Amino acid sequence: MKYLANVTTLKYVSEKCSGCGRCVEVCPRGVFEMQDKRAAVMDKDLCMECGACAKNCEFGAINVNSGVGCAAAIINSMITGGPPSCGCGDDGSTCCV
Amino acid sequence: MQTIQTLKFVKKEIPYWTKGTVASAGGSIYRVSSDWVREDYIGMIKSRIGALRMNYAVAPGLYAVGDPTKESDVFTTANYKLTFDILRRSLKGMNAWVLVLDTKSINVWCAAGKGTFGTDELVKRISETRLDSVVSHKRIILPQLGAVGVNAAAVQKKTGFRVSFGPVQARDIPEYVRSGYKKTKEMSTIAFPMLDRLILTPMEINPVMKKYPWYAAGVLILFGLQPAGLLFREAFACGLPFLILGLVAVFSGAFLTPVLLPLVPFRSFAVKGWVVGMLLTLLAVQALDIDYEGSKLLLGTTYLFFPALSSYIALQFTGSTTYTGMSGVNKELRIGIPVYFGTAAVSLVLLVLFKLQEWRML
Repeated sequence: MKYLANVTTLKYVSEKCSGCGRCVEVCPRGVFEMQDKRAAVMDKDLCMECGACAKNCEFGAINVNSGVGCAAAIINSMITGGPPSCGCGDDGSTCCV
Repeated sequence: MQTIQTLKFVKKEIPYWTKGTVASAGGSIYRVSSDWVREDYIGMIKSRIGALRMNYAVAPGLYAVGDPTKESDVFTTANYKLTFDILRRSLKGMNAWVLVLDTKSINVWCAAGKGTFGTDELVKRISETRLDSVVSHKRIILPQLGAVGVNAAAVQKKTGFRVSFGPVQARDIPEYVRSGYKKTKEMSTIAFPMLDRLILTPMEINPVMKKYPWYAAGVLILFGLQPAGLLFREAFACGLPFLILGLVAVFSGAFLTPVLLPLVPFRSFAVKGWVVGMLLTLLAVQALDIDYEGSKLLLGTTYLFFPALSSYIALQFTGSTTYTGMSGVNKELRIGIPVYFGTAAVSLVLLVLFKLQEWRML
């Protein structure tokens, strides 16, 4: 399954890649693959902007504007003006199990 | 006598899912059972339907599975009990350590997004449990979805432990270990099959149905309101179809759209929800022979409002999927919210026109 095309903020600079393979290890959508000892973006539209790759890239080769892809969270943030948050858990509830 | 009482007290404090203790360099550690008992199944069902009001949590810290040694693997997890239960069940027959982080009883994925399953908590928990004295190696295995919150390089710098991100699903751990800690593509990507989507639907339906009584009250007041006062018969004559169609929209947006997700055309959740909502509204109007005594205004409202309602509810499912991103949802909302407000406003105008017509003021 794929979500909307051409919306992801994922940016990858292959010149900075050291070939450690962390991005391949952490991406749950299979966006990255190793090619010639460097990571390559296979299909950008698979990206769900979770931010795991950018967080674990030691070489600053990956940048993504990550956050929760959750309508309720984004609507809440529009109303409250804060950052989008699931709103789950703070009161012990488990909305997104 | 006193000894027995003390013993009883201590026994009560020991979680039922433990099976004695194992000795380690860091002290005595609870061994956990890999088998589920009735309480675990009931807990799972309750948490799936959102019936748990209390924290469904286990105490953070270090646990043992089987008879682990200084060489055994360390698996890390969240302290949401369902997550912990799935891990201990998946480790059946293995000898391993389980490090439970304090995620405020939230699953790994959501906790990592919030940062509670994060670098700082992992570093703190490694030092608090004296993991470096419990095991002689420097390897620690995290669930892959924890990578959103954990910077592996920072953990290694601060603790010396090298983080490996294991499979997404705990059930793949035995195969991951057997194959020399290698992940297949299936192990590292999140599939989102129909059963997984189905399991999530109660948590879509419940929050909407909590608002349903307000909707029902509004509908009954609107249709019951007559120059002579609030009339019960009038309230139901036209109100009942609206009450039913409201339920149909909930079913469509919160259940059918999520379950049929890839089968419904278009990628946008708002559009998917609208398509399914429109189809079901058409079907319901036909099947129940709804004609509002010939009122074109009410029929117009029906086809305008209910598919839009289904669309809005379906859009909420973006929070539960494993493939929607923030930029996409933002885009849907940028277009969707004005459309929803517009639809609600036009529906309200049509209903007011209907009331004026009904009261022969038009």
